Amino acid sequence: MALILDLAVQGAQMLLVLLLAPLLTGLVRKVKAHLLRRRGPPLIQPYRDLIRLLRKEVVLAQNASWLFRIIPYLVFAATWVAASLVPTFGTGLLFSWSADLIAIIALLGSARFYLALAGLDVGTSFGGIGSSREVMIASLAEPAMVMIVFTLALIAGSTQLSTMASFLISGEAGLRVSLGLALIALIIVAIAENARIPVDNPATHLELTMVHEAMVLEYSGRHLALIDLAASLKLLLYVSLIGCLFVPWGMAAPGTGVAAFTLGVFSYLGKLAIGGILLAVFETSIAKMRVFRVPEFLGAALMLGLLATLLRFVSGSL
Amino acid sequence: MVLAALTAVAALLAIVPVAVVIARSEHGRVIVYGASLAASLALLLIAVASLFATPSTTTLPLGLPWLGAHFRLDALAAFFLAVVNLGGVAASLYAIGYGAHETAPQRVLPFYPAFLAGMSLVVLADDAFSFLVAWEFMSLSSWALVMAHHRVADNARAGYIYLIMASAGTAALILTFGLLAGPDGGYTFAQMRAAHSEYAAAILMFALLGAGSKAGLVPLHVWLPLAHPAAPSHVSALMSGVMTKVAVYGFVRIAFDLAGEPAWWWSVVVLALAGITAVMGVLYALMQRDLKRLLAYSTVENIGIVFIGLGLALAFKAYGMAQAAALALTASLLHVFNHSLFKSLLFFGAGAVLNATGERDMERLGGLIHRMPQTAFVFLLGCTAISALPPLNGFVSEWLTFQAILLSPQLPSWGLKLIVPAVGALLALSAALAAACFVRAFGVTFLGRARTPAAERASETDRISLAAMGILAAFCLVAGIVPGFFMDLLAPAVGSLVGQRLPAQTGAEWLSIVPIAESRSSYNGLLVFLFMVISGTLAASAIHRFASDRLRRAPPWDCGYPDPSPATQYTADSFAQPIRRVFGTVVFRAREHAEMPPPGDTRPARWRVELHDLVWDVLYAPLASGVSIAADRLNHLQFLTIRQFLSLVFAALVILLLVLALWL
Repeated sequence: MALILDLAVQGAQMLLVLLLAPLLTGLVRKVKAHLLRRRGPPLIQPYRDLIRLLRKEVVLAQNASWLFRIIPYLVFAATWVAASLVPTFGTGLLFSWSADLIAIIALLGSARFYLALAGLDVGTSFGGIGSSREVMIASLAEPAMVMIVFTLALIAGSTQLSTMASFLISGEAGLRVSLGLALIALIIVAIAENARIPVDNPATHLELTMVHEAMVLEYSGRHLALIDLAASLKLLLYVSLIGCLFVPWGMAAPGTGVAAFTLGVFSYLGKLAIGGILLAVFETSIAKMRVFRVPEFLGAALMLGLLATLLRFVSGSL
Repeated sequence: MVLAALTAVAALLAIVPVAVVIARSEHGRVIVYGASLAASLALLLIAVASLFATPSTTTLPLGLPWLGAHFRLDALAAFFLAVVNLGGVAASLYAIGYGAHETAPQRVLPFYPAFLAGMSLVVLADDAFSFLVAWEFMSLSSWALVMAHHRVADNARAGYIYLIMASAGTAALILTFGLLAGPDGGYTFAQMRAAHSEYAAAILMFALLGAGSKAGLVPLHVWLPLAHPAAPSHVSALMSGVMTKVAVYGFVRIAFDLAGEPAWWWSVVVLALAGITAVMGVLYALMQRDLKRLLAYSTVENIGIVFIGLGLALAFKAYGMAQAAALALTASLLHVFNHSLFKSLLFFGAGAVLNATGERDMERLGGLIHRMPQTAFVFLLGCTAISALPPLNGFVSEWLTFQAILLSPQLPSWGLKLIVPAVGALLALSAALAAACFVRAFGVTFLGRARTPAAERASETDRISLAAMGILAAFCLVAGIVPGFFMDLLAPAVGSLVGQRLPAQTGAEWLSIVPIAESRSSYNGLLVFLFMVISGTLAASAIHRFASDRLRRAPPWDCGYPDPSPATQYTADSFAQPIRRVFGTVVFRAREHAEMPPPGDTRPARWRVELHDLVWDVLYAPLASGVSIAADRLNHLQFLTIRQFLSLVFAALVILLLVLALWL
């Protein structure tokens, strides 16, 4: 019985992230529009877009290979699995130990690997430009992320997200310099990984500076729907991750009652809303960078992460 | 057991004369590779059977009369023997198909079983003399294979540099064993283990030079990317996937087993070299256009990862942290195994491409996924594995290495406290760059549109080659999904070297791997794989059932400007351009020159990229010119008169006697 309940909670989390992801994207768009004094599309527009895309036929480039057709499913599966392994409303879910934070990052790395291959498959110049820039950004963002993981793991004594969150809820960590550095680095990485301004612009399609949108230019119909959904899931994953590590309060501990879980769900929704609004405000207040400024931006994250890790190695209290 | 292993090695050696006779005959290839396959398979089974057995030794009346030839099969030797011969089995199977295209079989067939035998003998040797003889045998037979196509431009230079570097490496190893043996000359490994040499630091440095040059540690790697691709592809696979592992074995045997208790600063040297090797190797790989050379440079990177694990294990061992040392050494040895799988697989794939198109230059390939779908599939699996992406095996060993790094703040020394985080960052950087490198390798070679008629006309490779690649790909997947099983196989070897082993992994819930404690870290490849399969299938079936499954083929969109010429695609060079600009300007002093003729001039515009290999420019070029200047000067000695010669000999004698008199 307990196993079935645990399975149900785990399943609920998987469904929750899947259903909430487009809403978060919609929220960010809506707030951005409001800040620009536009009315903006309704909050549920991303769902409508997805449904419309799913119903449409796929227009496939003549020389697209079998790999091009299965990559959307691979990308979606890897991102969904990664997103449902990040604690949202409660810690210590049934499968939370099957992959730690390093594995979650590597799953996102898999998704990116396949997507970059998809950009090269049809053999167009736009796909190539997107892929080559994406791997350049990833080659700095991923090590920065690993350094952040190191810092947090050394503070919490674990790379398991649930254990980390429980440790940080307990307040033993307190305020530390390394935590602050890690937070700044994580925000920079999250912006780059999700192709947001100032690294990339998710709203543009005809600009030589685009990265993510250039890679997926040849996709249409259900394939594009899956890739868009995966992108939304990834945004949700990073907001959940920042929430779970830096504002972990409100999450239900394993084995607590319905009330705790309800509180967990509402605090999670609150965190998502605040994260989305902050992202929108940040994006409207800054201009997009040139592509070759991005390495400096991400290099800063890498150095901050390395500094935070060094501090942890040098002193237990920093 | 060791006698059975030696019999199998003798069988491999017995194939050599047969191969000389039948090399040119019609069935020569099948007989030689088939027999090598059988002998390797026997050795593999013996090795797996002795993983958990007690060490068995034997002495044969060969070699030096007062020494004999000692052989020993313990857990460490059994593990490396298994790695060598798993590679040997796969390469022999592959070669039965691939070798059909060989233009000079008489130059390949006799040396192939000799090379396999040499590698197995190094692992089995239990005294310095047998070890060095086997080591040289391995080097020379592989040199002969590198020179198989000696008329191809550059191969002769590759062979020459390989020969020089191999001799230098062996010289360093001779000094290592000389110091280990001490003044009393105890040349068996058992005597060395018992005698604690006071020159342990010098021993380690010479071992690092000798084994490191064979393994490809930067800056001793220069021969590797030249020699490995020059050999026929199945031999390239063996050299990159397996022979570098034999070198790792040499280092592990000396540093962990023979040299006694390590000092903490040894690990600083090893870690620094290893971190630089990992990043430099993959950056070099990213700049290559030649598919096989790219793979060879990627071997340099992976050797760096292996040595990071070894360096950590040395540090932990020096401070008596046996549990952490066991974790680091397990990570390192598991990466040895994993790399031997996917690097052989990738070289086989590159060989299949080479056979189908006659091209190794990625800029002249493209679109092969349509002509060679099965090769493309297994090559993609190899690329995913080597990029350390779950749920394949490369990720597991890197994950374990990261876990070992996370244990290192407990190390008391300040030098290590500062270098280990930096090495962690280098490891993370090399992992991310490796993914970029293999997106480029697979994307430019197999995806997109064919860039030349040769790539257009390619056809799928033969069944036997595909079977060999399929077996390795299956191993990559299985070792990624149930890594605990393979980690348990390593436990006896690790236990014998650092005194403690990791907790048994196969007993963990749901086949997870739990190196220390579940609250600390765990990873379950099986569940991650199942989750991905289930959610992908769920999405596919739901969409096809409830939404749409219609599909229409149309010209590519490309923002409305599709260009029919395949030259408008991204190439290997253009794909690497952003990374070259970010990292290459410092590491390779990369410069881009655009030559734009003035209006009215009909010359084409040219774009040229200038790269410098700093290791070569700074280290080897001055060394080579120094040697040639010295040789020029010494040349005068040929033309002395007899009186001058005699006085020279007399002066030399007096000086030597003086030195001796002052020394003693």
